[in-house]
Amino acid sequence: MSGDRPTDPRRDPWSRFRAATPARIALGRVGDGLPTAPMLEFQAAHARARDTVHGTVDYDRLAERLAPHAVLRVHSQAADRATYLRRPDLGRRLDPQSAGALVPGDWDLVFVIADGLSALAVNHHAADLVLAALARLPGWRVGPVVLAEQARVALGDEIGGLLGARLVAVLVGERPGLSVADSLGVYLTWGPRIGCKDAERNCISNIHAAGLGIEPAAGKLVWLATEASVRRLTGVALKEDAPTAIGPQEPPAVISPSSRGPQGGS
Amino acid sequence: MGKVDGPLLICLKGDHQRRQPIFCAEMSSQVVPARATMIPSLTPREQGAATEMAYSATLMGQRHVFADLRALLACASPRRSGDELAGLAATSDEQRVAARLALADLPLTVFLNEALVPYETDEVTRLILDSHDRRAFAPVAHLTVGGLRDWLLSYAADEAALIALAPGLTPEIVAAVSKLMRNQDLITVAAKCRVITRFRTTMGLAGRLGSRLQPNHPTDDPTGIAGSILDGLLCGVGDAVIGINPASDNLASYITLVELIDALRCRFNIPTQSCVLAHVTTALDAMARDAPVDLVFQSIAGTEAANASFGIGLSLLDEAHQAALALKRGTVGDNCLYFETGQGSALSADAHHGVDQQTVEVRAYAVARRFQPFLVNTVVGFIGPEYLYDAKQIIRAGLEDHLCAKLLGVPMGVDVCYTNHAEADQDDMDSLMVLLAAAGVNFIMGVPGADDVMLNYQSTSYHDILTLRHLFQRQPAPEFEQWLRWMGMLDEQGRLPPQSGDSTAALRLLAPAGAP
Repeated sequence: MSGDRPTDPRRDPWSRFRAATPARIALGRVGDGLPTAPMLEFQAAHARARDTVHGTVDYDRLAERLAPHAVLRVHSQAADRATYLRRPDLGRRLDPQSAGALVPGDWDLVFVIADGLSALAVNHHAADLVLAALARLPGWRVGPVVLAEQARVALGDEIGGLLGARLVAVLVGERPGLSVADSLGVYLTWGPRIGCKDAERNCISNIHAAGLGIEPAAGKLVWLATEASVRRLTGVALKEDAPTAIGPQEPPAVISPSSRGPQGGS
Repeated sequence: MGKVDGPLLICLKGDHQRRQPIFCAEMSSQVVPARATMIPSLTPREQGAATEMAYSATLMGQRHVFADLRALLACASPRRSGDELAGLAATSDEQRVAARLALADLPLTVFLNEALVPYETDEVTRLILDSHDRRAFAPVAHLTVGGLRDWLLSYAADEAALIALAPGLTPEIVAAVSKLMRNQDLITVAAKCRVITRFRTTMGLAGRLGSRLQPNHPTDDPTGIAGSILDGLLCGVGDAVIGINPASDNLASYITLVELIDALRCRFNIPTQSCVLAHVTTALDAMARDAPVDLVFQSIAGTEAANASFGIGLSLLDEAHQAALALKRGTVGDNCLYFETGQGSALSADAHHGVDQQTVEVRAYAVARRFQPFLVNTVVGFIGPEYLYDAKQIIRAGLEDHLCAKLLGVPMGVDVCYTNHAEADQDDMDSLMVLLAAAGVNFIMGVPGADDVMLNYQSTSYHDILTLRHLFQRQPAPEFEQWLRWMGMLDEQGRLPPQSGDSTAALRLLAPAGAP
């Protein structure tokens, strides 16, 4: 607790607690304030989170990574990041030009890669996850991968509807925290159309290097997609029957997580 | 200007012509009385459909008309993104001031006769109107909203007068008057309010500043949580509650966590209370299994529909309240509930009924008040920039929520916080926490390093609490202060200096369980 952290871990009473939590415990004090080093560490983490919220996805690089699989570029009605942050409703609808460019097909599944609140998450993990999932989906008619700018989860409803997809999987950058700025989430929706409720979706969250890995995430995604196709639904009903090996997903409900209100990322 | 007939645009486009400056003498406002006030014999129920009255004011030669009371309140609100998102906000700064002019002249009785959310379909409206104490209201019954602001700021409105008035105020009256207040007013009036609650500690006393120790962990790891709790205790934090937001809301982890805190509390004989911030139904299940439940938690909102989206209603809260009371675990009192609120929750549930987000938030305090909670806090910056865009909006909302709750007799604390997609940073939280300490906030949050690693947002830290306590000469709750003295953690000036690893308190708290 003192300003001088013990250097010998055997003598540091905090070492067993530090090993058990990422929380910023036992930072020391200078008077009542934070010592300089942990104060600057905090600022660095916040700067990284802020930069990723306002960062941009490298869509050309994504297209290259996904080739030869076809990609489509779309944009929501939120013209820029400031509008996106203030107007979640606009991030859930396609701009007219994008909507006009989508033609119906016969697709079992369409992937949408949405920037969401973390460009970093999309840049780091989205292509890997789509490729890992595609490798596990032989025989599936998978539509072009839609790369969506200024997009929220529900934009996948309109995209999936226009493309005639039976199932849409939206990969979205989750709101960055101080410890993890590049966490990706996946929302799976059966029968996408404008107006789908959040309770109709299944969610896999926390996909990043220190969280859920790409391969297990792809496994979960493919398991859920397969179950959804068999049972012709996603959402609460599908979640309840998921085997424990898959693990219960946090529902993308209004109350998330646990007791706190909506987090605004979806 | 006479009565305005017929349907009117809620928000007239502002006239952007530049006019010569015109001073106060040329400002005028005219309020068209609500029909209800002209027929005082009608009950709120009977007036349900009879309240489409328009309000107007003339500012610098331009007349602004507001279609009904909801529009007037919304347009009078300081600018915030949630009202803009809902399409309720004033469309110009002049229109906003015009709305305040009209609001200032509105008799308070209008709010008792005109329901913003229908009485017939909303149990929160029924709670507000049916439980209104007309005798307590009598001293201000003749006032307008502007008159109430002036009275609240006057020396006549002292602590005793404000405590006596609280049952006579409704959320709508309180929200309305707050819209006429500058931040300075929100602080000075709140500082005169006192709302005292008791369980194992006494919160809200003069000269005190409480803190919730919030030791959240991304996977509810018991050792990790214990580490955060012990660090907080060594900073003297946790007299309001040691309260964990669980990573997963299920009965087994609820019981594990509540037992973990209870074991620490008993082992070190700490006068405080525990809470696991899971859904109220989980707490009911845990109480049915004889888990050591101190405070029962629930998020609440200002309309029946918004509460339904949280999976609750007044009767469920009643049931939980009775169950918690029956445990009789409090030692100095029996306030045993803990509520969280926050502007924007009703809109996000599409349950705001066209009411601006600040007014509908204050209605949640009427829900809280009914159950005499031990703690209530607004989670002011948590909801995101689509409701409160930046630090200016967060700071204003935090001060509004605090004052409005205190005026209603609700023991308000504030989670001074922001998310990484809001235009805010820790400097802004420093500002808000200092303003709230000046306003006499009951408690704020203590999160290790201000970084909540489970909920992924930033709040106030253990260090922040010590800073405020020493800056403002505040102590924690008296029972907890006594414990800190007994642990040898306070110096001769009553401050809590850094505790070295070999201090008595550190040796005692950090010894492995089972050690002597």
